[in-house]
Amino acid sequence: MKKHKTAKRHSKIWQLLLYVIDQTPKSQTAFLNLKRVCETHLKGRYRITVIDLEKHPQLAKGAQILAIPTVVRRLPSPVRTIIGNLSDTERLLVGLDLRASG
Amino acid sequence: MKQKGAIPPSRNPSLPRCPTGIQGLDEITGGGLPLGRPTLVCGGAGCGKTLMAAEFLVRGAVEFGEPGVFMSFEESESELKANVASLGFDLAGLVQRRKIVLDYVHIEPSEFQESGDYDLEGLFVRLNHAIDSIGAKRVVMDTLEALFAGLRNEAILRAELRRLFRWLKAKGVTAVITAERGREQLTRNGLEEYVSDCVIMLDHRVVDQIATRKLRVVKFRGALHGTNEFPFLIGDTGISVLPITSLGLNHKTSNERIGTGVPRLDAMLGGRGFFRGSSVLMTGTPGTGKTIVAANIASAACKRGERALFFSFEESPSQIIRNMQSIGLHLEPFVRKGLLRFHSARPSLYGLEMHLATMFKEIAAFLPQVVIVDPVTSLMDSGTPSECRAMVTRLVDYLKARQVTTIFTSLTQGGHALQQSEASMSSLMDSWLLLQDLEGNGERNRVLYVLKARGMAHSNQVREFLISKNGVDLVDAYIGASGVLTGSARAAQEALEKATALANLQEAARRKRELGHKQEVLERQISGLRSDYETEAVELRRIDQQVGTRTLVLTTERAASGRLRQADAHASHGTRDKPKLGNGRP
Repeated sequence: MKKHKTAKRHSKIWQLLLYVIDQTPKSQTAFLNLKRVCETHLKGRYRITVIDLEKHPQLAKGAQILAIPTVVRRLPSPVRTIIGNLSDTERLLVGLDLRASG
Repeated sequence: MKQKGAIPPSRNPSLPRCPTGIQGLDEITGGGLPLGRPTLVCGGAGCGKTLMAAEFLVRGAVEFGEPGVFMSFEESESELKANVASLGFDLAGLVQRRKIVLDYVHIEPSEFQESGDYDLEGLFVRLNHAIDSIGAKRVVMDTLEALFAGLRNEAILRAELRRLFRWLKAKGVTAVITAERGREQLTRNGLEEYVSDCVIMLDHRVVDQIATRKLRVVKFRGALHGTNEFPFLIGDTGISVLPITSLGLNHKTSNERIGTGVPRLDAMLGGRGFFRGSSVLMTGTPGTGKTIVAANIASAACKRGERALFFSFEESPSQIIRNMQSIGLHLEPFVRKGLLRFHSARPSLYGLEMHLATMFKEIAAFLPQVVIVDPVTSLMDSGTPSECRAMVTRLVDYLKARQVTTIFTSLTQGGHALQQSEASMSSLMDSWLLLQDLEGNGERNRVLYVLKARGMAHSNQVREFLISKNGVDLVDAYIGASGVLTGSARAAQEALEKATALANLQEAARRKRELGHKQEVLERQISGLRSDYETEAVELRRIDQQVGTRTLVLTTERAASGRLRQADAHASHGTRDKPKLGNGRP
């Protein structure tokens, strides 16, 4: 489990889990896209945890992972899920509830 | 399952099968689903897809030692456990013993946001992990269509599904994929495009307010399979499919005969009753005693220590027992001993198929030697004539294959002795007894005769059928110039005959006496005549003597006279008598 601590602790730390399988180009892209958006909108108050299901397949069931890559916003609640390589920034922002949809 | 050992071997050895253990399904498919390949089970809502998939998995784990993975997209694990528990499947226990892994894939479209390209590798990982964790051989995915509702990118989804089925094949698991039925295609989302090895269609339709479940093997690549629709049922022990055509006409026949419990009826049937394993039809108008004859046959079977199963569609068990008590037939001890079992159900309770399946199940559980269906005509109302005939055919075949003697009673409407349904049904039957009412002289009497009895000499006589508190009996009906007489008319006729006989007897005696008298007279006459004759004979003898004497005398006299005359001539003859003159008369 790789941990990317990008910022100091903050009152409202966003906990983001990125589920990938192996270091495929798709998961690399997703990670970079996610990081870019977080840097733009959540600078200093987010934490991305990359979980490789190839190494921890048992985690997939509990987290209800279906598609790869999947980002789960564990905090702040409610839990939000975005699937895909996150190339569609607009959708990502809607998914993370950083922008009102529409 | 009872039929576990009866799974026929695969007809195509090149295509190995994976037995489902589902009653009847393995017979239709020739041994089971294609081994190591996915099978699509499609059908509308509530047609039993999930249950069939679950049964496939549970039976695999319990009966065939093949662990399985149930991946559910619709029902949660606890819901699933509760649902299949109603069929007697202990899913929770199997999960605990690590025979089955349940994985509920929860997809809620509103909680999802799609951004860019993705794949369903997560699903693969989950499935792979589940399979490997218990060494699963069977996989169920129920139903994949939920994915279409949850994921917007259909292009990705379709590509991934194609990959999934390839992956399942490569993994070597036998998979059952369920899918919702579509309007114009087999499944709503065209899943049949990916699963090309075996497609089974389930249907649940309502005709005349009676729901029937049907199963059809639409496709089975590389194998012969029954293409007909087969009715199936969901009962308390799972699904059972009822194959119609798989049963052939190759049942063994028995030469053993079994008594009916009515000695005179046995006598009518060549003296020894019916053949074991034969099917007997008993038709009659209401109140002719069909149930009574049937109950006698059942009771006779129980007395032999055999088991009898009584399907009653009109009376409750206690009612039958009470009614039979009134004619001196005590069925209750047999029920208590477990030799006799009743199964009562209203015909309208459920469809024909359900009745048939229930009967099959009862028969399989109780293993009776005699089965009574009373009356089979009640079931006729639950379906079309062709369905009914098919049903009776199946029942007869099923029972014959098991060497079970079956009595079908059939109710005919008053007036008509036979009806169309019976005429068509009768060709399935080995023996046919006809019970009839004869009206006349202000009373109603029951008669019975054997219309047909294959393979045995049987009486052509009509017998009067008597029911008393001591049971039933058959007596010869009076058949004369004036027709068949029964009841009091028969009794009157008998009395009349007796009187006539007596009169005849008396007449004969009188004649005999007369004759004796005549003989006496005659004899007297004869003796009179004889005495006359004897008198005359004596007279005659006397006359004869006289004549003889006279002739002698005459001759002597003549000789003497001659001598005398000669003496005249010769004179040398000595004189002996005084010379007589004249013609010699005294």
